[in-house]
Amino acid sequence: MNDKAKFARQFIQAIPHAKALGLDLTHIGQGEAEITMPYNADLVGDPRTGVIHGGAVSAMMDTCCGAAVMSHPAAPGGTATIDLRIDYMRAATPGQSITTRATCYHITRNVAFVRAVATDDDTDRPVATAAGSFTVEGR
Amino acid sequence: MTRKRPEPMQVVKQRRDAALNALVSGVPYIRFLGITFDRRGDELTGVLNFDDKLIGNPFLPAIHGGVTAAFLEVTAVITLSWSHLFERIESGDLAPEDILNGETVRFPKTIDFTIDYLRSGLPRDAYARATISRAGRRYASVRVEAWQDHHDKLYAQGSGHFLMPQDPTPAG
Repeated sequence: MNDKAKFARQFIQAIPHAKALGLDLTHIGQGEAEITMPYNADLVGDPRTGVIHGGAVSAMMDTCCGAAVMSHPAAPGGTATIDLRIDYMRAATPGQSITTRATCYHITRNVAFVRAVATDDDTDRPVATAAGSFTVEGR
Repeated sequence: MTRKRPEPMQVVKQRRDAALNALVSGVPYIRFLGITFDRRGDELTGVLNFDDKLIGNPFLPAIHGGVTAAFLEVTAVITLSWSHLFERIESGDLAPEDILNGETVRFPKTIDFTIDYLRSGLPRDAYARATISRAGRRYASVRVEAWQDHHDKLYAQGSGHFLMPQDPTPAG
């Protein structure tokens, strides 16, 4: 693992809210990140169905996009979200963990552009997708 | 012409507060984030009660961007659901205990949601209000604004589209 990937991983692990969601960074590097969120009854949005709330998926996608930016070879250090759009395709299946893969596909001196896809066990049918722009900040 | 005597204030308040409480407190994720709602008439204000676990950047420190996204979305969905159910709550057709248990009650589903981050979220309470731009039969469009110390200095704004629940068609 290179320094930048190590920095990003430590950064994610130091985030109190990432800990509260139980987020696990499973891959990081070269402008790409993958984060898994285990199923947790505290994150349910509709108690009748047990489906995870969209807000929890948003929080996870935001974290994953930020990690992807920080791991980009051209990113000097930190980042903050400028804007993020989330599209919800379907409800995540209750009991399954959700995995987000984010790619920082373009970066300038000031702005990084990111896309992300979230899936559950059925990886062919996305649960949600995200597109966002992030600031590029010095370390 | 005779006018119906207005209901006693406590009856009105009790009914509305019980319905709002049922709508909000039954959702585990809203409790997890510590979001509550203030009500004035039919107007709702979401309150994100600050807690250390909402921190995203421990060095600043600042509220997690994902928490802000979730707070705006929760405020949008609750405001939309509240407005959608308000007539049924007022007429007595919908009892508070049926809001989260009844088979006939369905909630709007988020189609998409966009968040603009305007300032970093300070480690203290935040407030949000949603405006329903259009509530159609099938789709609704909602805007949300969030602030902390000064209402005119927004720290985030959002807008989203929602699929409205379709009333079950009567059998036969």
